[in-house]
Amino acid sequence: MAECGASGSGGGSSGDSLDKSITLPPDEIFRNLENAKRFAIDIGGSLTKLAYYSTVQHKVAKVRSFDHAGKDAEQEHEPPYEISVQEEVTARLHFVKFENAYMEACLDFIRDHLVSTETTVIQATGGGAYKFKDLIEEKLRLRVDKEDVMTCLIKGCNFVLKNIPQEAFVYQKDADPEFRFQTNHPDIFPYLLVNIGSGVSIVKVETEDRFEWVGGSSIGGGTFWGLGALLTKTKKFDELLQLASRGQHANVDVLVRDVYGGAHQTLGLSGNLIASSFGKSATADTEFSREDVAKSLLHMISNDIGQLACLHARLHGLGRVYFGGFFIRGHPATMRTISYSINFFSKVAGRRAAELTAGPGASLPSELGVGGLGPALASAGSRRQGEVQALFLRHEGYLGAIGAFLKGAEQDNPDQYSWGENYAGSSGLMSSPPGLGPAQRARSGTFDLLEMDRLERPLVTLPLLRDPSSYVPDTVNLTDDALARQYWLTCFEEALDGVVKRAVASQPGSADAAERAEKFRQKYWDKLQTLRHQPFAYGTLTVRSLLDTREHCLNEFSFPDPYSKVKQRENGVALKCFRRVVRGLDALGWEERQLALVRGLLAGNVFDWGAKAVSDVLESDPQFGFEEAKQKLQERPWLVDAYDAWLQRLKGPPHKCALIFADNSGVDVILGVFPFVRELLSRGTEVVLACNSGPALNDVTHSESLLVAERIAAMDPVVHSALSEERLLLAQTGSSSPCLDLSRLDTGLAALVRERGADLVVIEGMGRAVHTNYHAALRCESLKLAVVKNAWLAERLGGRLFSVIFKYEVPAREAAPAT
Amino acid sequence: MPRVRKPIGHEAFGPPSACSDWLAARWRNGRGGRARVRLCSGWTAAEEATRGPALGGRLGRQRWLLRMGSGRFGEPMERHGRAAAATSAPSAQEPAPGGPEGRRRAPQRRRANSASAPAAGASASGEGVRRDRPGSYSGATSVSRQRVETLRKKRPRYEINCKLSVNLVFREKSCSDSFFLLHLVFPWFGLDIGGTLVKLVYFEPKDITAEEEEEEVESLKSIRKYLTSHVAYGAAGTRDVHLELKDLTLCGRKGNLHFIRFPTHDMPAFIQMGRHKNFSSLHTVFCATGGGAYKFEQDFLTIGDLQLCKLDELDCLIKGILYIDSVGFNGRSQCYYFENPADSEKCQKLPFDLKNPYPLLLVNIGSGVSILAVYSKDNYKRVTGTSLGGGTFFGLCCLLTGCTTFEEALEMASRGDSTKVDKLVRDIYGGDYQRFELPGWAVASSFGNMMSKEKREAVSKEDLARATLITITNNIGSIARMCALNENINQVVFVGNFLRINTIAMRLLAYALDYWSKGQLKALFSEHEVSGLNSCAVLHTKGMWLSLLWNLT
Repeated sequence: MAECGASGSGGGSSGDSLDKSITLPPDEIFRNLENAKRFAIDIGGSLTKLAYYSTVQHKVAKVRSFDHAGKDAEQEHEPPYEISVQEEVTARLHFVKFENAYMEACLDFIRDHLVSTETTVIQATGGGAYKFKDLIEEKLRLRVDKEDVMTCLIKGCNFVLKNIPQEAFVYQKDADPEFRFQTNHPDIFPYLLVNIGSGVSIVKVETEDRFEWVGGSSIGGGTFWGLGALLTKTKKFDELLQLASRGQHANVDVLVRDVYGGAHQTLGLSGNLIASSFGKSATADTEFSREDVAKSLLHMISNDIGQLACLHARLHGLGRVYFGGFFIRGHPATMRTISYSINFFSKVAGRRAAELTAGPGASLPSELGVGGLGPALASAGSRRQGEVQALFLRHEGYLGAIGAFLKGAEQDNPDQYSWGENYAGSSGLMSSPPGLGPAQRARSGTFDLLEMDRLERPLVTLPLLRDPSSYVPDTVNLTDDALARQYWLTCFEEALDGVVKRAVASQPGSADAAERAEKFRQKYWDKLQTLRHQPFAYGTLTVRSLLDTREHCLNEFSFPDPYSKVKQRENGVALKCFRRVVRGLDALGWEERQLALVRGLLAGNVFDWGAKAVSDVLESDPQFGFEEAKQKLQERPWLVDAYDAWLQRLKGPPHKCALIFADNSGVDVILGVFPFVRELLSRGTEVVLACNSGPALNDVTHSESLLVAERIAAMDPVVHSALSEERLLLAQTGSSSPCLDLSRLDTGLAALVRERGADLVVIEGMGRAVHTNYHAALRCESLKLAVVKNAWLAERLGGRLFSVIFKYEVPAREAAPAT
Repeated sequence: MPRVRKPIGHEAFGPPSACSDWLAARWRNGRGGRARVRLCSGWTAAEEATRGPALGGRLGRQRWLLRMGSGRFGEPMERHGRAAAATSAPSAQEPAPGGPEGRRRAPQRRRANSASAPAAGASASGEGVRRDRPGSYSGATSVSRQRVETLRKKRPRYEINCKLSVNLVFREKSCSDSFFLLHLVFPWFGLDIGGTLVKLVYFEPKDITAEEEEEEVESLKSIRKYLTSHVAYGAAGTRDVHLELKDLTLCGRKGNLHFIRFPTHDMPAFIQMGRHKNFSSLHTVFCATGGGAYKFEQDFLTIGDLQLCKLDELDCLIKGILYIDSVGFNGRSQCYYFENPADSEKCQKLPFDLKNPYPLLLVNIGSGVSILAVYSKDNYKRVTGTSLGGGTFFGLCCLLTGCTTFEEALEMASRGDSTKVDKLVRDIYGGDYQRFELPGWAVASSFGNMMSKEKREAVSKEDLARATLITITNNIGSIARMCALNENINQVVFVGNFLRINTIAMRLLAYALDYWSKGQLKALFSEHEVSGLNSCAVLHTKGMWLSLLWNLT
């Protein structure tokens, strides 16, 4: 840990006397600075956002077949392939947010730790770029290139919308939680970006490069802050918001009821509407409380911005309006009032459209401004969607820095890649709880981080999704479902010990494995605790996000693939059984064989180290095998049982091409999936077997699947010829998650699916077919099968442990064959 | 406190005696000169003297109540009036004994009084009217109100122009029953009770025959004489002499239309006076519009025994503006625009002939703002509104500068420099923001400089007042522009109290609309504001009159 004393001369505009000496924990905040190569900085009125690009060395478990040509591959006690841990370099974007007060300390720190010398320029944006230009140039010895603020914001906004699936949310007061995340529309354009900094800028964004400043307003965050400071003698923005949250605006504003003596029923006007902001303060005699004044000011400004935004949205026919700027920046108070205002004005617009047809009779009174509402009414308001939607962004604060960075990094073509949020390295939304006082907040929320990993290949939506815009991968939204959330968080907490143990065991030769594993435990535990209190911190909380966060944390501490050895052993064992299993299947009659194949798939799926019920069994009973797993399976009828329909379908013509998402290594893929694939192949169906690009639990990875297929091909002529004739194709999903997001799949896989005309999708396993995609609607036939290896979930679904889900779906518009 | 009921007389809705000397002088001046234009001081000197009861302070109201309510028109009032006028806030903070309480108990007493018919004149006059105009009120106001309401629903749409009166005259003569005539019992009043001001129009018939004069009931006569012979009523009531429309033919009667305004917080006193003067016995229809028509309806009924005929505010506004445009303003064009609004040297006010009024965006800036799109005389809609209006400007000015009157706030604003308070585009970008073609002089953040402590300490109250004015005005202009774009309308008429004597705001609106629309939009204003009048009220009330007349046809 390096300690940096910072003088206060960098000074934020707030001018407070906060203790400015800080301790920067380097391994937490400016990570990978040694490898940093490009810098961009966005200096706002009070916060600075620094962006840099680094390369991260990862330990990666690589598998490759032994080089033992001519030798019998099936020698006892010999693994089917070898594992080597290699260093792999991946690209990562780092974004760090800190208060301007720490500017000097941070610059010093960067200078001291920056090793790379290839960087000569720093892209700077934001209002403070002028102010700190000299300081930056002096400290970092980098040339400051100033970038246009709005251009950067828009570039950044496009970037997060494209790469972070649950970036945008609507704010719903009194809902639990207040943040409702939206899955990004596959086509993010066009939209309106309303940036509320000291003033307001409204920009219409039509494409990646085409955007237009359509309007603005001088009444913005600066007005709230400046006027608020004058009226309440409160100097800091956050304190003003705090004041406002305690005030009653009705004491300062003239409401409709003050003019009409109550609600105006015939005109349908609530008495709580603001007729004239600050109308009651038109006297020098009465003292108004600072709280009330601040509240009135907040309402006035929010309503005004909301109204203008609605007018612009209507003029340009846009429904999606994203709000950003320091006025919004994670402040529930302003998000609330802005949302209210947008809902109000867009509803009024809708209502008026209806009135137009009815004639002008029922107009609203003239001398009445229609403004915001007291909190009481706002809460009672129905949640009817207005025509314009107020959307906020989880990484709103970083937009400028991201955009500036992207501008500077154009030669690296960052836009060509897909990027993924690294949960391990990013602070969540509202990383400091809003309840804290400003002073506390300033401390705990001083540094905020976002890390994005560059994915090897671009991700796209599976072309087979019926409606990509409404596709939500996850089955249960744990942010909404408090009961499920408690269960799963506890479940992951309880499983943590096992994961730590497994991680240590996976690296027997490493001296610091135990230490790193402990760090992993601490990190993941902290994440879980954060999510307990702020389930919205990383978008909608789901089992998938919990699993992914764990994978990210494991990676962070160089446990790239804790299950590599397990998988290796299990693959070896399963390969040995392959011939016997296939022979057994071939001996069966057609109809019996179909059931046996499905049961095999399901039994294989029992082997899931991610499920505690299973890992307990596997840990305690090394002899637990395929047959034992079959015994565990629920007897038919299954919990969800569409087997008969499937069987009928199989009696019909063969499918053209099947896309199969495999789950676990070992028994699952070798004794469950491959025989099933083999049957499809012999029916004349082409098969695309899609496996994860990177490791997750004991899921089979693409590289493992290649080796396994090679071994199987050596044993089985059907698979062999299919592979050589490219009727069996092994593809990667582009994912390293135990779950499956069909809207973010490897572009090569999508191309393959399109090219081969896939007409059947088989999704296997709890993570891919139950936690996610259970409700996914596809344009072709689909099979979703899984064994429910979690008693709680089974009970929720109305079954017991090891219940079977066998869901066969045929899209409605196609003629359903015998259901 | 004994209440001495004086005969209905000259001091109806009268000034506190404390001010009477001054008022007399004032009145002489008013009567003597023609169309005196009082710039920058819409309020009377009476108010200047007392200072407190300006626009809506609670204490001001209390003082007024002391005078009007408990003091009424007898001796005690005089004492209170003096006290209030002579001393400042502390003495006015004394509770008003029996003020609100007394008034609340009034209805019962009022009923008893009317039963015993104390004012002979009133009851006699009622009889007289009935004799004169057979088939008139059958007594209960509620009946007439019902009829009015019914008629309102199937109201025919007439063209609003000078011909209307001719038309009415014609109808009056041709219609044997002509019950509408019977409703046109004098006095003819119209009330627009706004958030800040009450605007009252009074039609003074000038073609009163000797016979009529003779038969005119005493109370009626006293009202007429009192209203027309004063220019100031009470501490804050004012008759805008220069706005008076002379020799107008209305419903077949020739006469002058008078415009009177007083603060809305004096409404209880007004009602109380109505009760006192036994207005209900005149069987007149009190037409009212504005929010106060709803708010005070019950008070009018229970305290004054007066049934209000509530008229739709928007109808009134539209009809008013079209009407006044058609009759002109004493022979002049009533609409105008600014040429070179940004240049104080070259800035010129030029008349605008609203030949093709439709479509028209009407922006009414009162305490709040309403924006109407008018497509034809009876096809309009309220587009939107904002709570940032005149009330916000004045309210914020009071908080920021401690000023007490609208005029004072405007006066301060005229001397201030808003660029010390506001953050301009050039303050951020050093010049124009070329990426988006934003000029350096444009305000980037209203009050944006006030985020900094040093700058907060460096600004004057005048600067703050100016910045407030610029902020509110620009915002109204911006919303109006967006509405005009959305509605595809290119002429925008700004009316309302806020623009009264507010040249800065008008010129700014004119400039902003022209600049940001690249010359597509034209900001028009109504003559009445420049004359130092609240044209909005006038228009409202005129429109209301016409509404009333239509109701009766």
